[in-house]
Amino acid sequence: MTTRIDARFAELKKQGRSAFVTFLMAGDPDPATSLAIVEALPKAGADIIEIGMPFTDPMADGPAIQAAGLRALKAGMTLAKTLAMVRAFRQGDNATPLVLMGYYNPIYIYGVDRFLVDAKSAGVDGLIIVDLPPEEDAELCLPAMKAGINFIRLATPTTDDKRLPAVLANTSGFVYYVSITGITGSASANTAAVGEAVARIKRHTRLPVCVGFGIRTAEAAREIAENSDGAVVGTALVDALAASLDAADHATVNTVGAVADLVASLAQGVRGAKQAAE
Amino acid sequence: MNPNLPNSFRSGPDDRGHFGVFGGRFVAETLMPLILELEKAYTAAKADPAFQAEMNGYLTHYVGRPSPLYFAERLTEHLGGAKIYFKREELNHTGSHKVNNVLGQIMVARRMGKKRIIAETGAGQHGVATATLCARFGLECIVYMGAVDVARQAPNVFRMEMLGARVVPVQSGTRTLKDAMNEALRDWVTNVHDTFYCIGTVAGPHPYPMMVRDFQSIIGVETRSQMQEAEGRLPDSLVACIGGGSNAIGLFHPFLDDPGVEIFGVEAAGHGLTQLHAASIAGGRAGVLHGNRTYLLMDDDGQIQDAHSISAGLDYPGIGPEHSWLYETKRVTYLSATDDEALAAFELLSRQEGIIPALETAHAIAKVMELAPKRPKDHLMVVNLSGRGDKDIPQVAEILRGKK
Repeated sequence: MTTRIDARFAELKKQGRSAFVTFLMAGDPDPATSLAIVEALPKAGADIIEIGMPFTDPMADGPAIQAAGLRALKAGMTLAKTLAMVRAFRQGDNATPLVLMGYYNPIYIYGVDRFLVDAKSAGVDGLIIVDLPPEEDAELCLPAMKAGINFIRLATPTTDDKRLPAVLANTSGFVYYVSITGITGSASANTAAVGEAVARIKRHTRLPVCVGFGIRTAEAAREIAENSDGAVVGTALVDALAASLDAADHATVNTVGAVADLVASLAQGVRGAKQAAE
Repeated sequence: MNPNLPNSFRSGPDDRGHFGVFGGRFVAETLMPLILELEKAYTAAKADPAFQAEMNGYLTHYVGRPSPLYFAERLTEHLGGAKIYFKREELNHTGSHKVNNVLGQIMVARRMGKKRIIAETGAGQHGVATATLCARFGLECIVYMGAVDVARQAPNVFRMEMLGARVVPVQSGTRTLKDAMNEALRDWVTNVHDTFYCIGTVAGPHPYPMMVRDFQSIIGVETRSQMQEAEGRLPDSLVACIGGGSNAIGLFHPFLDDPGVEIFGVEAAGHGLTQLHAASIAGGRAGVLHGNRTYLLMDDDGQIQDAHSISAGLDYPGIGPEHSWLYETKRVTYLSATDDEALAAFELLSRQEGIIPALETAHAIAKVMELAPKRPKDHLMVVNLSGRGDKDIPQVAEILRGKK
């Protein structure tokens, strides 16, 4: 099966550059503004879009993304509304890959089979579920593969060579290398160490390897892009969104533009990268 | 006979940490290698006679075990039914059953060469026990505690600091036990190379629910032999309060395969089951949080709901996975007690027996007040007196003053 993710990486390879992957929380700060932001992302330079599924207890996220999830939940966001947002986005864009990222419980409660059917028909291409390691593949990973949705696994600095094959076994789309041991939005990654880690993962797989956690600036995005197949930025975008809100955490006329401007500047960084070594 | 019933209720979990469909290892990849390493280290320790001998030494001379099995004569007379015994876990060093588990985990941490210990705490009893053993073994100790709980359990915060621990008030989410656990997990993900997470209850990813249960099972093991000595037979019923459920599983587990023993767990019904409460089995359903599948309080979208209990130690929207399984297999009956019922039991036990129980424990006593009068006088009922109430006195005094 070929998904929009596979097609996008093939296309980027032809262009000779790495991907710029953005993360924002669905429904932050409200469903309508959130859709407007996501619709603005491809034009601003996002190659792949990750959308967070809000959850009350995001145990791998730092304060910025925790707050984003709580804003979304307060604005009435649900998993069903997140899927509706994907469907709305797809009416204007049938090429940009969309990946849903979050925690397992809302999907488990929605019902795994029903979720996969609805996600596929809405136009979801991949899933990143933080609390589903390979040990729990039977829960969602294997059913998602069967449904034609990529299950993108996180590899971390603690995933050693012995464990990598298990982590990669049922991974598709791309591998998401978490460049630090930590939560989102904390320390920044050391470029040299990232390059080594990506090379190590590539010895085990032909899948593209994207790198996230700790990338905040165009310069950092460029450095990471030179050492991998893609740079993922989340917290910095969520921070820009939060800074544009009014005192009651409501969207202002600046909100969509604030995110789009930062995406454009980060995308410039990624596009300025020398081609990643094969 | 239900064909799905297991041959034994004591054989779980399976090698992937499942009790029926409950349990498992739902954690971020960063933690997975460490959790596998912990499982290996614990399995080796369990089989090592030197480990057991060392632990037994500390249990005897440092914790003060065995804890007495005490015939509560005046409460028995007052309720006029079953003969009530207390398993006196509140007499342990640090004042609750929590120390049994912490001692075991700290000894495993030492075997693994970990020097930095983190813990979450609700009422502060687990935090105090962890701070105590870290002081004893010279280890760094960081305790995450919801900001709401820091305010209502001030004496325990001071105790932890006195013992050299750093108490971090958690401001995220509902600022209670569940958020303290989130924050501890975030610390662990960040400092995974040198940090041991000492979980306070029978929840979290495998092997924690099994390991914590094993360390707490000494409660039930002692109860069996003490009851044999006192009455020449097994008890007829067991009662314990349940937040995550570690004191309960510790008492219950050695009796699960004795069909003549009725077993009751008591959840916190807070303001009542139709209002804010912390009774995951009575008011929740199966979901995934904090590394395991279990009964949880949540809304229709799978978002975790706020729990409420007067007792900080029961104020958690989940329950250990083995309890979820014991509920579904109907081996254990799960009841619940409200804040007001617990307060009444707190006062009754103080006056009748001269024992001020923890507010958590008072939930178990509240159901004993209902169950015991309906049982014959030769019925032997054991209640786990899981903790003492010194920590709760400022809070209860304020509530009772407000009522007058």
